[in-house]
Amino acid sequence: MANAHRRVGDQPWVRRSLIGTALLLAMFMLVIPVVVIFAQALSAGWSTFADNVTDQYTLHAIGLTLFVAALTVPLNLVFGTALAWSVTRFHFPGRKLLITLIDIPFAVSPVIAGLLYLLLYGRNGWLGGWLANYDVQLMFSWPGIVMVTVFVTCPFVARELIPLMQQQGSEEEEAGVVLGASGWRIFRKITLPNIKWALIYGVVLTNARAVGEFGAVSVVSGNVRGETNTLPLHVELLYQDYNVVGAFASASLLAAIAMLTLVVKAFVEWRQSRPIVSTPEKEVS
Amino acid sequence: MKQLFKGFALGAALLSAQPALAADRELLNTSYDIARELFAAYNVEFGKHWQEKTGETLEVKQSHAGSSRQAQAIIQGLRADVATFNQVTDIDILHARGGLIPENWAERLPNNSSPYYSTMAFLVRKDNPKNIQNWDDLVREDVALVMPNPKTSGNGRYTYLAALGYAQDEFGDDQASIDEFLSAFLGQVRVFDSGGRGATTTFIERGIGDALLTFESEVLNLADRFEDGEYLVITPSVSFLAEFPVTWIDDYVKQNDTEALAKEYLTHLYSEDSQRLLAGFNYRVHNETVKQENKDRFRDLKLKSIDDIAGGWEKAMADHFASGGKLDQLQRRR
Repeated sequence: MANAHRRVGDQPWVRRSLIGTALLLAMFMLVIPVVVIFAQALSAGWSTFADNVTDQYTLHAIGLTLFVAALTVPLNLVFGTALAWSVTRFHFPGRKLLITLIDIPFAVSPVIAGLLYLLLYGRNGWLGGWLANYDVQLMFSWPGIVMVTVFVTCPFVARELIPLMQQQGSEEEEAGVVLGASGWRIFRKITLPNIKWALIYGVVLTNARAVGEFGAVSVVSGNVRGETNTLPLHVELLYQDYNVVGAFASASLLAAIAMLTLVVKAFVEWRQSRPIVSTPEKEVS
Repeated sequence: MKQLFKGFALGAALLSAQPALAADRELLNTSYDIARELFAAYNVEFGKHWQEKTGETLEVKQSHAGSSRQAQAIIQGLRADVATFNQVTDIDILHARGGLIPENWAERLPNNSSPYYSTMAFLVRKDNPKNIQNWDDLVREDVALVMPNPKTSGNGRYTYLAALGYAQDEFGDDQASIDEFLSAFLGQVRVFDSGGRGATTTFIERGIGDALLTFESEVLNLADRFEDGEYLVITPSVSFLAEFPVTWIDDYVKQNDTEALAKEYLTHLYSEDSQRLLAGFNYRVHNETVKQENKDRFRDLKLKSIDDIAGGWEKAMADHFASGGKLDQLQRRR
């Protein structure tokens, strides 16, 4: 691999222009937009920024967004782990199909997902009409928002775990069974330590998406300010109100969450790759 | 698990920390996009009125989006107490598809259940260089127009119908001349934006076109916002009566137990103080005193209703805006 790289970069000008182009693109497509978000948010000064962030509706949007994430992440953590466990440790008919089905939320546009939930659980939907008889309203209130967010983010944990657990195989767990450990003990002492970092990585991704989801939430939210308006929806609403500074102030909160996510992600990746880096291979590269 | 509960508690704490939740009563008003400032102001006024009347504190929650989308959400279960829309057809649908309100909803409040109205007017650039005064100036070869697309926006439909209303007055029964006028009019449109705000941006920010055709309320707002004379408002001799219908939603106010409150919320829009507030947002109103106060702002013109121009909304949609309808035929002719 290292040789192949060197061959492409033989001529310095090729290497430099490629690196230059990549840097330039990254600059215009990633760095400048992020800088602009913060610059716009602070364009009218710190006090305006603070006013916008502590606005009653913005605070509510932050609270709702964190609340939705706080419900979504544990749900998908349990679901994703159970799913990865079952498809990598057991063989049963329909296993392959199940692995394919996990990817549906990735394949389907979030807006379509939102509409599907609306058609199913809305007042005129199959289940929604029945639920309405018992005065249960799921759509256009926070349970609906949680439902679509869970749907959109459900593959992340499972997708992180499945390749790792397949690669690790089940020998260690089998040894545990032979030595007479209980199922829970095997999970806690063997499986969990093995998948720990992949699991955290999955959680970080799930959380990032749950906080930032716009399309699906927009369909089922009903846009009631101070009630069903999440932070991404709030950004759009402020922007359409001609309150550009307010919109960017809220957007900067989302960007800050995203950057925090990246830091955690980088740390987790570093932890995951440490055993490999510490081997003698390091000298080769 | 501990973290789970911590997160849950944090979210719940943030949700319940809102002081606004302390109000005795709540009302949900679903409205169209650009009515945010208007209802933000009215809700404060009405809150005072309701407290004086009943002693109860009130919080009015607002939901804003395109009014067709709002109607769809209400039908699918968004439990709004009142709908304040900018298109009659979107309220009709609450009856036709949702069965949530009776068919005669428009008769339940004065003026077709439309506490305020507007019409279609023109915004032109400083000193009106193309001397645009009326609809017949818009078909001149040297005039470029910006308006929302009648296919996708109610705003655009109103402008199209206003032009049709003018042509009907001008040419009477001569259908060929009416068609020719409308075709020439559509031919002068440089940009059809998908919505009203988009058209405004095209005209103001991108500087395209000699005249912007949209709601009078919007062009008056724009003229107010810029320095004196930067943009001028031109009111044509004939235009379309654009009603802003309101209704309470019978099924939901019964479920939410807000019937009296919802009715009062809408009825109070007709009071003199509220009408003055509405006029302040550049909408035309029915109250005679307020009308007199604002007679310089809202110039007299002949207003034609949808019944006058196209025989009702249903017929207008089928004849003019449906696929292959009059609008498509006229645009293809160019």
